[in-house]
Amino acid sequence: MTAQVRLGVVLLCHADLQVAARMARIWADGGARVAIHVDARSDAGGMMQAFQGDDRVVFAPRRRCDWGRFNLVQATQDAAQALFDRWPDCTHVYLASGSCLPLRPISDMTAFLAADPDRDHIESVSAREAGWAKGGLHEERFTLFHPFDWQRRRRLFDRSVRLQRRLGLRRRLPAGVNPHLGSQWWCLTATTLRAILTDPRRAEFDRFFRHVWIPDESYFQTLARRHSARIESRSLTLAQFDHKGRPYLLYDDMASLLAESHCFVARKLWPGASGLLQQFPTRQVALTDPTPPRPDHVDRIIQRRAERRVTGRPGLHMQSRFPRKDAENGKTAGPYAVLQGFSDIFPGFEGWLAPRVAAQVHGHLFDPVQVQFADQAAFGPGAMSDSPALRDHDPQGFLTSLIRHSAQMQLFQFSARDNQALNWYMATDPNARMAVVTGAWLVPLIDSDMPFDDIRRIAAILQRAELDQLKVLQSNWVRARILRWELGDFLARPLDCLNAALHLVDPEAAPVTDLPVMRDLSGLAALLRRLRNSGLRPRLGGDLDISPPPAPSKGKPTDDD
Amino acid sequence: MTFRLRLSGQTRRRALRQYLLARAVNRGRALRPVADRTAQITKGDLLVFVTQRNERIRLPYFLEYYRKMGVAHFLFVDNDSSDGSRDYLADQPDVSLWQCKGSYKAARFGMDWIDRLLMRYGHGHWCLTVDPDEFLVYPHCDTRPLRALTDWLDRSGRVSFPAMLLDMYPHGGIEEQVYAEGDDPLQIARYFDAGSYTISKNDYFGNLWIQGGPRARAFFRDNPVAAPALNKIPLVKWHWRYAYVSSTHMLLPHQLNRVYDEDGGERISGCLLHAKFISTFTEKAAEELSRGQHYSNSQEYRAYHAGLAQGTQLWCPQSQEFRDWRQLDDLGLMSRGGWV
Repeated sequence: MTAQVRLGVVLLCHADLQVAARMARIWADGGARVAIHVDARSDAGGMMQAFQGDDRVVFAPRRRCDWGRFNLVQATQDAAQALFDRWPDCTHVYLASGSCLPLRPISDMTAFLAADPDRDHIESVSAREAGWAKGGLHEERFTLFHPFDWQRRRRLFDRSVRLQRRLGLRRRLPAGVNPHLGSQWWCLTATTLRAILTDPRRAEFDRFFRHVWIPDESYFQTLARRHSARIESRSLTLAQFDHKGRPYLLYDDMASLLAESHCFVARKLWPGASGLLQQFPTRQVALTDPTPPRPDHVDRIIQRRAERRVTGRPGLHMQSRFPRKDAENGKTAGPYAVLQGFSDIFPGFEGWLAPRVAAQVHGHLFDPVQVQFADQAAFGPGAMSDSPALRDHDPQGFLTSLIRHSAQMQLFQFSARDNQALNWYMATDPNARMAVVTGAWLVPLIDSDMPFDDIRRIAAILQRAELDQLKVLQSNWVRARILRWELGDFLARPLDCLNAALHLVDPEAAPVTDLPVMRDLSGLAALLRRLRNSGLRPRLGGDLDISPPPAPSKGKPTDDD
Repeated sequence: MTFRLRLSGQTRRRALRQYLLARAVNRGRALRPVADRTAQITKGDLLVFVTQRNERIRLPYFLEYYRKMGVAHFLFVDNDSSDGSRDYLADQPDVSLWQCKGSYKAARFGMDWIDRLLMRYGHGHWCLTVDPDEFLVYPHCDTRPLRALTDWLDRSGRVSFPAMLLDMYPHGGIEEQVYAEGDDPLQIARYFDAGSYTISKNDYFGNLWIQGGPRARAFFRDNPVAAPALNKIPLVKWHWRYAYVSSTHMLLPHQLNRVYDEDGGERISGCLLHAKFISTFTEKAAEELSRGQHYSNSQEYRAYHAGLAQGTQLWCPQSQEFRDWRQLDDLGLMSRGGWV
């Protein structure tokens, strides 16, 4: 079924009148009748001159318009009235602004409207169900008084809202009004729009909406529900808003995206986007194109791109993103593994491990003498330096950048000898997978040819460091996946433990059946006994089966580590 | 008995800003106009402010780069050049030029002069303050002019735009490929470090302090604190009461330095590609070293001199070759933030 559609357009303009005049001409050339409202504060001389003697265009009485105020609705009402006065036979009225760009020939739109001529295309979402508006008030747009301008008297606006909330003030809605919100840009049938304009209770409604916040997003959306039975609750104008409720601008590089959307009109055009002005609306081909608008795809793409403003990329610290602690939305960009103690028990562990897991296997990245990148490289991913001074200048940045800039999963060795600055950071990071053998730092000391006094001193320092680390690993706030053994347990069944660690790092890794070369542990018991007898109680490492058994301690245990 | 006056940070910052402004006016008296075309500046024009000394060979490409971006007028301070750059600039139709024979160091490394010009001509304009070897890259810069960016910043209520200094360097030795006038220096110095940067926050001025990059790993590997700062806020919708504190690293009032999001989101940012390390550098470094007019006793230039004498290369196997802004955006060196 097709019917004759005579389209009228209400065009609201306030800035960039040259572009607006161009839009008016596009509408008029496409066969629509245009009623233009120009903000009383703009200089409309040029525009009026441009359309002098043009009988397809009428200028509505000019009002001053402020963002979010009722005068914007009044301007629309006046212009619609002017349109009806001049062309009483209009069947549909499209509300657009001077920066709304028609993407397809106007004839496509009239054909689309003619297919279902009684339908009102107006987004109209019940204000009681939250979720339409982005930022700012929702239902309180209606239930509070908003006498102050939000843009110019922000403080007064906020105070008045707070005061009314405290007083528990609540406006009474006019009988039969069920508040709805929706996009400001609509296309109504002349019947519905006339019914709204000539409603016997219009004065009452106008009085109410005068103190509603942003009535241009609710006046027609609410009243259309009163007068129309056939509402298609989707705007024909493609408009996207950012997280603060400001519309996105359209630029030349979005041309293909807009063309794919098959929308009739899009906003908001950046006035300098001359490429878009040249390309749209697309030329009329022989027949009208019946494709309906498909804004979902564009909506999704824009939303996905815009999400970055709000959530950002995990693990990224840079000049315009520096999240405070616990607001990171992901401390690191991807999973990584930390193996502690293994390289002490198995010399050459990194070389053994590298071919067995799907990860880049580094040495001790936080070593105090040198950053041990995989394969002894002088530079890590992203051209990071192997200088420990540079790393310790910002250890957290070092770790996050390492993970962000490598395609592979990163795995590194750790020990009590290394920089401990990131213990909390890693333990509270869900991306961290840690396998820890406590007390393993004892093993390299067995064969050390240092004087015993130095060994004892070092053992005390390392034991203190690892005990501090254990406190972190045992805390309530741990988010990392941690496997932990004491050295004694590990040595009792090294293969099982090693396989468990490998599985944690890389669940796909094949279980190993052979152990890497282990250090000679025969001197361990003697070392422990000597440490204990020198007054340092070894508290890590667990049950290491030391003979002869320790003498029962009497009185205060010596513990000077 | 000593008496210590305790002032709030707010008061101290305001006092500092007023001191800087007074100082700019005072030192600015030394500026002598050579070519004053500021009458051409109209409302809303984009302006570029530059201090230069003996950069004749770089200027043609520099001017071309920013003209294409949509800059309407350049305001140059020439610090006692002897290579003809003054005459060259004076002949350009869209350049206003002042000369100043005074000490670069005594003028806070030129910032007094720039602050003075900004105060006088920058008020109400979007102003870009750069060096002749710095090239701005911002999100969508291949398809949208700079005006699109400033319009969007205006709409979003932002008055400052950060662009980190990204040191660019050639493959191989700096001297190997000779730079000729008019060439694109970024064709020679086209490598950069993707992820060797350190960040900390300066609570007093509210800015981030970014260091690292090739200069830090080649010349400051044992003294990272002394490595040059890379954070910059070069593009500002200027108000005569604003002042740059230290180069373009930070501004007062300190709210202008809050260009980053602390709740996990990303704000918009760009990069200043720093094409310092091309064949002209060695000569320049020797000259600057003898003049001793640079920051903290030219410590930086001394380190370069020592490093380069030993044949230090900035390039390493992990260096990335520069492609376009999208690459920098993907790497997280800059961000398009909410600018879709």
